[in-house]
Amino acid sequence: MSVSAEPQKLTKKALTADHPTWCPGCGDFAVLASFYKVLEKLQFPHEKICTIAGIGCSSRFPYFVNGHGVHFIHGRALPLASGISLSRPDLHVFAFGGDGDGYSIGGNHLDHAARKNINLTYVVMDNFVYGLTKKQTSPTSPEGFKSKTDPTGAIDRPINPMEKLVNGGASFVARTHAAQVKHMMQMFERAILHPGFSVVEVLSECVVFYPGAFDDGNPRKGGEFNIIDEEAHDPTSKNAAYQLASQQYPGKFGVFFQKERPTKNDLEQKWIDSSCEKTGGASARELLEGKFSAMS
Amino acid sequence: MSASATLAPSGNSDVIDLQDAVIRFAGNSQDGIQTIGGLLAKLAGRSSREVVTYMTIPSTISGGPSIFQVHLGSGEVLSPGDESDFLLAFYQHSYENHIGSLKKGGVCIYDSDHVDNPNLDNKDVVHVGIPITSTTVEAMGGSARDRGKNIFVLGLVAALFNLNKEKLVELLNRQFGRKSEDILRNAMMAFDTGYAYPIGDVLHVGYNLKKGPDDRGDRITTDGNTALTLGLLAGGVRYGAGYPITPWSPVMEMLRTELPKYGGLFVQCEDELAAVSMALGFAYSGHVSITGSSGPGLSLKMEALSYATMAELPIIVVNVQRGGPSTGLPTSVEQSDLMQAIYGSHGDCPRVVLAPKNVEDCYYIGRKACEIAKEYSCPVFILSDQAISSRIEAFHAPDLSDVTEPVLDLSPRPESFKPYPIDGNTRHAPPGSPMLGGKYPVVTGLEHDEWGHPSSSPELHAKMNARRRDKIKAFADTIDIPEIYGDNEGDVLLVGWGSTWGPIREATKRLREHHDSKVGCMHLQYVNPMPNGLDDVFGQYKHILCVEMNDEGLYGYGQLATLLRGRYANPSIKSICKTDGLTFKVSEIIDGVRSYAVAS
Ligand SMILES: Cc1ncc(C[n+]2csc(CCOP(=O)(O)OP(=O)(O)O)c2C)c(N)n1
Ligand code: SF4
Ligand SMILES: [Mg+2]
Repeated sequence: MSVSAEPQKLTKKALTADHPTWCPGCGDFAVLASFYKVLEKLQFPHEKICTIAGIGCSSRFPYFVNGHGVHFIHGRALPLASGISLSRPDLHVFAFGGDGDGYSIGGNHLDHAARKNINLTYVVMDNFVYGLTKKQTSPTSPEGFKSKTDPTGAIDRPINPMEKLVNGGASFVARTHAAQVKHMMQMFERAILHPGFSVVEVLSECVVFYPGAFDDGNPRKGGEFNIIDEEAHDPTSKNAAYQLASQQYPGKFGVFFQKERPTKNDLEQKWIDSSCEKTGGASARELLEGKFSAMS
Repeated sequence: MSASATLAPSGNSDVIDLQDAVIRFAGNSQDGIQTIGGLLAKLAGRSSREVVTYMTIPSTISGGPSIFQVHLGSGEVLSPGDESDFLLAFYQHSYENHIGSLKKGGVCIYDSDHVDNPNLDNKDVVHVGIPITSTTVEAMGGSARDRGKNIFVLGLVAALFNLNKEKLVELLNRQFGRKSEDILRNAMMAFDTGYAYPIGDVLHVGYNLKKGPDDRGDRITTDGNTALTLGLLAGGVRYGAGYPITPWSPVMEMLRTELPKYGGLFVQCEDELAAVSMALGFAYSGHVSITGSSGPGLSLKMEALSYATMAELPIIVVNVQRGGPSTGLPTSVEQSDLMQAIYGSHGDCPRVVLAPKNVEDCYYIGRKACEIAKEYSCPVFILSDQAISSRIEAFHAPDLSDVTEPVLDLSPRPESFKPYPIDGNTRHAPPGSPMLGGKYPVVTGLEHDEWGHPSSSPELHAKMNARRRDKIKAFADTIDIPEIYGDNEGDVLLVGWGSTWGPIREATKRLREHHDSKVGCMHLQYVNPMPNGLDDVFGQYKHILCVEMNDEGLYGYGQLATLLRGRYANPSIKSICKTDGLTFKVSEIIDGVRSYAVAS
């Protein structure tokens, strides 16, 4: 194959890798399809796309995207993705994962990636259960949910992901439903175009271990898909976002919070630039010579 | 101390020539005794003298008793010295705790304002009382209180040993001139007062500390953490991540400050799990990357480091060891993380583990680690320790002519690209590299084939395990057997690793001087993999004694000894171990050797 001068158009075909190993009907298929479509629309250079995940059913995502990627360890996708984002401003960095991966074992990293406003997009495929390990209680499993670790029903209060994300300091926070592909694509696109740490919480059904979990948010299953009225909601207000977050399940869908602020990427780059300026752009060798002569 | 006469005053003012001297400053950490010690060490580096320092740090912030010991000499100085020739005691407690460290005939200068009860009946040492605090306060005026008494003592020492005053003043200027004129003026005043103090009224001798051979030229003086950091920078480290812990923190603090000047970045993370993960993110992105910690933090990083072995990502992992387990002795030295470094992960993880033998070596090991990580695409551990991290030594500045800027290779990869070829070295295509075959790589912790595709084939797993093992074995083939110091055959071979190099070498020297037995010593900088052919060396001696600052374990052998016994099944391999949180005294090693050599 020869290198063509014109960059090739990024098509769904070019982005498609192995056929997903998910169970038929798993909500994660729709998330993947929406991601392809949005990338097709945005037309980033193929080699600049980088997809990261931890461990879980949902975290197998990078294998199904034909692009540079990492399938890392359970719960640590965000710090790894942060390292990529911070050292490679030329890349488009995406992290994917489940509720266990992101809100339990990796819960602390989520708060810190959000607080530092690291420039990347994170999609949580929340199924309210541990899928890969076959039905244990997850941090988002509702009270009363019967699992292998709570045979008589979950007793711990679930976390509220939207509250956690807003509180953590994420500069873009949205919520969508895997059965609402159009809405999901809009959320993905807006998250990707947002400069800074953007998160999309997707209710993505595990048809094997928690079937019907999100029917209440799906009109085709007799539920209601209530989209945030963007005329009435102020997305730059944390209070307004909390109010939406505290609504009774299935709650609202859309952009809960969005407010630009400097990213860690920008702030660190500023420091790098001013440091290099102070040294007059000295080479590594000159810098080291200076250090050693100061120690003599 | 080797002097041509005893230190005792002879009645009239004599000058005694000294080849070397061990001076111990004992006070509280907030008195700035580290500053005097550091300046004396610097002066030594500039005066063709050898120097090794040693200090203790209280583990509380508010301070507490601490010492700084400086061993200055015109010949080879290998250890901070077991006992001191001179003691400067600032308080009664310093006096009481350290008078025993003085050699017979040594000189104790004490602050007569604070040491109320010196044992003047002890005729083994010379007592010299000087009102250090009140003289300093008087000279500097009331507002500075007793601040500056360290610099007063520096002046006193400079006069007593006839040190180069101009050079010291220049160093003081550099140290304090940056801060403010007032501070500098006060320091100079304190120094001059100490220098002019009529110590001859109470101590009727002066000393002349000899210089080393003149051809040595100016050398730099610094501590192990600084030397290590500079080695990493020279080796091309541009990105890293960490979480604070003593005694590793100074490395991360310096990297955080220095890396932006190199266009790079060091990130303080929320914990060690994030730090190692972020560092792997840097490595995956195509950079030479580092993370580090001390023992407890290393435990947290282990899961991700097994990933690094599986995915074959290059990463440098520094462990500045301290006393464990758990929070243990956080400001004391120990070498008890060797097994953790080699085996402390799940799965089969053959790793490279390096250990610097002295401060200068910290620089070279830092550089070497970068080369190995790049060449073999694997984690490389550096085992430093608390003692080497803070101790100051003098050495020649390294040759920097071959220091180059790292390059990020994002060239298009051909269709035939395989990151993990069965018969070749691992080479990743960092993100941003176009893949001409149209297929992009996903780096994974699952077992995988040559292309990186996950596979759970048991045959493939065995094959890939062998591949990851064989590349480390291939590295072992490139390592030379370390030089033997002393006898090439005979009764005893001392084997060490890490910061114990100096005292082991000194012990070997002394044992040979006393014609005790035929003794040699060998120091492993490559602890894992070890160089091949050590068994031939071991075959030349009756006893192979591993000197280590870790426990003798359930079966009577320290960690290195256990490894060597496992590899060579040689029953002559035994241990000299200790865990008292202090560096080895030369005499402890000599006693250890005699116990074996006599027993046999
Ligand atoms: C350190 C570690 N602990 C536990 C596991 C086992 N494990 C793998 S995935 C998982 C939970 C997955 O749940 P979630 O993140 O919600 O993903 P899902 O499978 O539901 O998409 C667990 C506990 C692991 N791989 N690593
Ligand atoms: S177990 Fe559940 S989450 Fe996992 S692939 Fe199957 S349906 Fe999806
Ligand atoms: Mg889940």
